[in-house]
Amino acid sequence: MNDTVRQFRDFFVSLRLTVVLLTLSMLLIFAATLDQVNLGIGAVQAKWFHSLFVLWRLPHSDFTLPVFPGGYLLGAFLLANLIAAHVYRFQLSWKKCGIFLTHLGLVVLLLGEFFSGLLQQETRMEFREGEAKSYSESYDRNELAILNTTDPQFDTVVAVPESLLADGAAIQHPALPFRVITKAYYPNAAFAMRGAGKDEPASLATAGVGPQVVLTPLAQTYKQDERNTPAAFIELAGPEGSLGTWLVTPQLPAPQTFDYAGRTWRLALRPERTYRPFTLTLVKATHDVYPGTDIPKNFSSRLRLTTPDGRVDREVLIYMNNPLRFGGLTFYQQTMDSETNTSGLQVVHNPGWIMPYVACILMALGLVLQFGLHLLGFIGKRTAASAAKS
Amino acid sequence: MKRFLPIILVILAAGWALSGLRETPPADGFDLAAFGRLPVLVNGRIKPLDTVARTSLLILQGRQRVGDPAVPEPLVASPTEWLADLLFDPAKADQLPTFRISSSDAPELVALMGLTEDQLRIKYSDAALRTLAILDFLPSTRSRFSFAQIEPKLDELDRQARLAEPIEEQLRSPFQKQVIRLRDTLVLYQRLKHSLQAPDSPDFFNELDLFQKALPAGVEAVRAQQAGQPHDDAAFKAMIRLTERYDFMDKMGYLLAIPPAASEPNSLAWKTAGHALLDTFQTGRVDPQVIVYAALGHAWRTHQPVEFNEILRLDREQLATRYGPQLRKSDIEVRFNAAEPFYRCMVLYAIAFLLAICSWLFWPDLLGKSAFGLVGLAWLLATAGILTRMWLEGRPPVTNLYSSALFVGWGSVALCLLLEKIYRNAIGSVAAGMIGFITLLIAHHLSLSGDTLEMMRAVLDTNLWLATHVVVVTTGYAATFLAGFLALIYIVRGLFTKSLDQTTAASLARMVYGVVCFATLCSLVGTVLGGIWADQSWGRFWGWDPKENGALIIVIWNAIILHARWGGMVKQRGLMCLAVFGNVVTSWSWFGVNMLGVGLHSYGFMESAFWWLIAFVASQLAIIALANLPLEKWRSFCPKLEV
Repeated sequence: MNDTVRQFRDFFVSLRLTVVLLTLSMLLIFAATLDQVNLGIGAVQAKWFHSLFVLWRLPHSDFTLPVFPGGYLLGAFLLANLIAAHVYRFQLSWKKCGIFLTHLGLVVLLLGEFFSGLLQQETRMEFREGEAKSYSESYDRNELAILNTTDPQFDTVVAVPESLLADGAAIQHPALPFRVITKAYYPNAAFAMRGAGKDEPASLATAGVGPQVVLTPLAQTYKQDERNTPAAFIELAGPEGSLGTWLVTPQLPAPQTFDYAGRTWRLALRPERTYRPFTLTLVKATHDVYPGTDIPKNFSSRLRLTTPDGRVDREVLIYMNNPLRFGGLTFYQQTMDSETNTSGLQVVHNPGWIMPYVACILMALGLVLQFGLHLLGFIGKRTAASAAKS
Repeated sequence: MKRFLPIILVILAAGWALSGLRETPPADGFDLAAFGRLPVLVNGRIKPLDTVARTSLLILQGRQRVGDPAVPEPLVASPTEWLADLLFDPAKADQLPTFRISSSDAPELVALMGLTEDQLRIKYSDAALRTLAILDFLPSTRSRFSFAQIEPKLDELDRQARLAEPIEEQLRSPFQKQVIRLRDTLVLYQRLKHSLQAPDSPDFFNELDLFQKALPAGVEAVRAQQAGQPHDDAAFKAMIRLTERYDFMDKMGYLLAIPPAASEPNSLAWKTAGHALLDTFQTGRVDPQVIVYAALGHAWRTHQPVEFNEILRLDREQLATRYGPQLRKSDIEVRFNAAEPFYRCMVLYAIAFLLAICSWLFWPDLLGKSAFGLVGLAWLLATAGILTRMWLEGRPPVTNLYSSALFVGWGSVALCLLLEKIYRNAIGSVAAGMIGFITLLIAHHLSLSGDTLEMMRAVLDTNLWLATHVVVVTTGYAATFLAGFLALIYIVRGLFTKSLDQTTAASLARMVYGVVCFATLCSLVGTVLGGIWADQSWGRFWGWDPKENGALIIVIWNAIILHARWGGMVKQRGLMCLAVFGNVVTSWSWFGVNMLGVGLHSYGFMESAFWWLIAFVASQLAIIALANLPLEKWRSFCPKLEV
């Protein structure tokens, strides 16, 4: 074996590397936890854990510098170190098998977290009592939905992701007889009805409710109990010229309707939807508190679950610590508004859910073997020592 | 004889520890113990008035004793007596200093409340005390004031609180926080006052009697008025006035003191006295329990202990027919409160710590055994205390930050007892005394926010995971702390004394290594169990929530220690430094993450605790720095010691 290869091998199998990587991971997690005060949990994950490098944006510029290894990089090195060390030092013996199992579990756990990071999707469903839904909505992403509602049987929907609006591109889609042009986009904004006589700026909007509304751009929020409400001014332009400019924001309770080319259209900026092959209907929302307090004792939602093929039609009860698992999704009772009887479910899709369980079993076995054998050895030695003394 | 000294000491200590269980004879003829055992429903659970009195005083003024520094005797004999005054004779309670406004912590608040120099200054009658006060051994200004003293400025306080309220909690200035805290305590105080009777009534018992007599005519008048028929206008107006009066009592009332009628299926549908009085308009009969409390108040104010005690006896017989099990629980809780097991534990741990330290200097066998015995006794007492709490609450041991402090101490001391049993070198006892004392001190400060037997929020309401994940993770905290404290003993003994010989050093190193292994096991298993709980409940194994990260950091740190040792990167001294840093890591995960105020797990922001955390971290870092002094500076240095 030549020297370079040996150096390479020695680097990857060394315990020194393990300690350095573990220390870096600890610092990463610590810094990321502190950063949650400034950024939301989702942004923190993207910046610190689901990245190769933690990037730092130079103040007042678009330059970013990698300042720290990110979660993916550290994870990959840990994995390489772990596997290399165990392959290199592998020997089949009782003494080693505890350590080996524990680390095998760790490999599974790291891979599991990696797959979860890639594949896990969290969306939500919000119902009022009696409301039925067959889609879940994104927490942070929105889409501009343009619906052609001419056919009474079905709607044709063109959904434009918010990110395209933010880029300010003009969009031409084959299903639309007009172009969609973003005249202005705000990642977070408040809106209020236009009052008379006040010193208010003129609106960019020329159609829909826009002209009656004053829009105030806000700084983006990362607080856990607040959500960004974006807004955009959208101009639609046909071959013969502009059809008008609409204000769209998820704060508007209903889509705006207009007629063009003999067809009826609707326009709305709404949370991004994922349609599901089943329908949930909220039958009853319950919100119990402990007597004489406002400490929640139990939230629960009774729902009716149906599929279009008619094979599933049953009632399900979701409450704290008792989610519904159906169709590869987990539905967890997340929020409950007792005043409006609105129940919010978190819908999680995580195909790698089994891996932590496997990892857990491997590690538990390994640790019990390892420390159990050690303890037995220690006790044996002490008994022998005390026997020798007496 | 010398052989029996440790045994005698432990027996004496046990006698003292159990003496709290003895019933105190009724003071002044009033059976206040029986009064304290009366059950009420507060914060979602049925508890005795004794607990209400103690926790209310802790919230109002940070301690259970009601007294004035210039007077050696307490102003009331027990928290229950204070509560009886507040409920039945508020004019008297208003004169007692039960609101904490400290001129050192909150000078602006003292100014806002218009407290005069005369009210602040303590005039000690005794010359010796005066000297001590001048030397700053005793306080020279008061920090507790009566309702009557701050009453003139209540409107201003309310105005300031309203100004501070819209500001987000984390962003409030110290003054704004103090204003809101004082306003909240005043609200609690006023709500307590309105719990059993209308505080402005000169004789509530008599008022109820008149109310009962006037009721038929009054109800008739109201009915006639509503039907537009001729009616007795005076009777009608009297009824309207009373409705408003009792409605106000209902809205203000803090204690749900009136059990539901026998026909009510929900046994937890307790009501305020005001609510029960409003029900009278439907039932036509004043609720007997409301009358009982009014009669108790009458007897209290007119100083008739015989009547007071007799009413209590009859009422208890009545309650026992329907609330037998709850009454038994309340009784035990009162005993538990009076026994103060954790306070007594704290004293025992402190004594054991001192004895064990002394055993390194002289009489190792005698003092070592005594310390071991006392630690064992204190640990049994703590076990009994924790078991009682579990039984009262019907929950596994760790349900909130307070109980986690109890459990961390309990778990560490258990491990120490094991170590001491094996090594018999008093190191286990020293560590046990230190950790036991500190964790109970932390628990004491956490208990100042009120009743520590809280109801569990829906998300945490699962005994399975509380019993597994939380217990295992907390044991991991306990073990990591223990390793750190053992390392502290190594460093302090080695650096400052000549007592750290090679055998002791080697056995300490083995102890630390063993405890770190155990800590790794517990924290890893606990963290993974937490992930499984999250997956079971929320559909995700890991969410990078601050509390989850905190637990993970402890696992990683323990893994670093083990790998550094296995790889030969650290020897004895390095191992000790790493273990001490484990204290920093654990304290951050235990308390630091709660101070971030984000995440599903956070228990709320604790400002004063933040400075203690900083101080603790700084002290640990200082010790690590000291440990890295060259070996020649160590007093226990010996050339053979390879560290």
